[in-house]
Amino acid sequence: MEYIIIIISAIFVNNIVLAQFLGICPFLGVSKKLETAVGMGAAVVFVMALATLVTWLVQFYILNPLGIGYLQTISFILIIAALVQMVEIILKKVSPSLYQALGIFLPLITTNCAVLGVAILTIQKDYSLLQGVVFAIANALGFTFALVIFSGIREHLDLMEVPKGMRGVPIALVTAGILALAFMGFAGLV
Amino acid sequence: MKNFTKGFLTENPVLVLLLGMCPTLGVTTSAMNGLGMGLATTFVLVASNVVVSLVKDLIPGKVRIPSFIVIIASFVTIVELLMQAYMPALFDSLGLFIPLIVVNCIVLGRAEAFASKNNVASSAVDGLGMGLGFAFALTMLGSIREILGGGAIFGMKLIAGDGILVFILAPGAFIALGYLIALIQKLRKV
Repeated sequence: MEYIIIIISAIFVNNIVLAQFLGICPFLGVSKKLETAVGMGAAVVFVMALATLVTWLVQFYILNPLGIGYLQTISFILIIAALVQMVEIILKKVSPSLYQALGIFLPLITTNCAVLGVAILTIQKDYSLLQGVVFAIANALGFTFALVIFSGIREHLDLMEVPKGMRGVPIALVTAGILALAFMGFAGLV
Repeated sequence: MKNFTKGFLTENPVLVLLLGMCPTLGVTTSAMNGLGMGLATTFVLVASNVVVSLVKDLIPGKVRIPSFIVIIASFVTIVELLMQAYMPALFDSLGLFIPLIVVNCIVLGRAEAFASKNNVASSAVDGLGMGLGFAFALTMLGSIREILGGGAIFGMKLIAGDGILVFILAPGAFIALGYLIALIQKLRKV
């Protein structure tokens, strides 16, 4: 039950993009086509789960026992950067087809603040390892969910007559605002 | 001088280059929060620009980016600890977004695009200009949201009554920023 609450609240109630404003860059950047949105989402699910797993272990087995919790930011960002590199190298060798699909998105993920944000949130919320990984996967799914809906809308937006000053990013932001408004309807769910 | 002013107008990181969207949307619930975040980022930008430009000849090209990230993360940790000690209220309201300055694309972007190619003095000026441009944009968006949402600015009540609550909440951030960028695009006549 506890896991179901974590999942529902991460995907719908506190959606990472629309309620917490993490990962806005890829949300605006790669949401022009449905296909790339799905690819990016899959890459984020993979990296976020892995990153949260490793950073949790580092926090509780290395940083905390040594009393150097203040190195959290530095160590987490290095771990994430190294992980992304490693995933890229392994995927290239093991599964070239998957690498073809996700390859271009992987370097972008290092600077995706959602990954670092979720890793830090997991620590702040005092989750156990399993709860943390579930939380990470649910957040990544929430990210994918928002990205896919948004790219669907943007594909239609391209065909519309938009006032000149509003073209491009402004209309995308206003659309995202309306989408966020819709997501507020989930607020009472958990 | 040109290095300084470009950050405000022609190359404003938020309003023109559209970088650093996550903190822009996430912390601008009030003018004060926007200003605090902007100044914290300015400090990190100036400090990391100076250090990067000092060590640019010592770092081999291949490990350039990871080294820059470590430098940036060190300064972010300094800001984090200082704020926690001297400005606990601001620290609490900015929350997760302080460690996330590490993954703010503006900071790494300036290190890579400017500081790694220029001397110390002009790198510092560039960092200051860009940082203040970022702070300016954040304060402006924060003021707009605070006025519309709460009828106040920097905590001072301007209008009696409650205002339009949605502008303080998540959807209002997207919508306000969308129209702000549209206005800037209109003024720049692109």
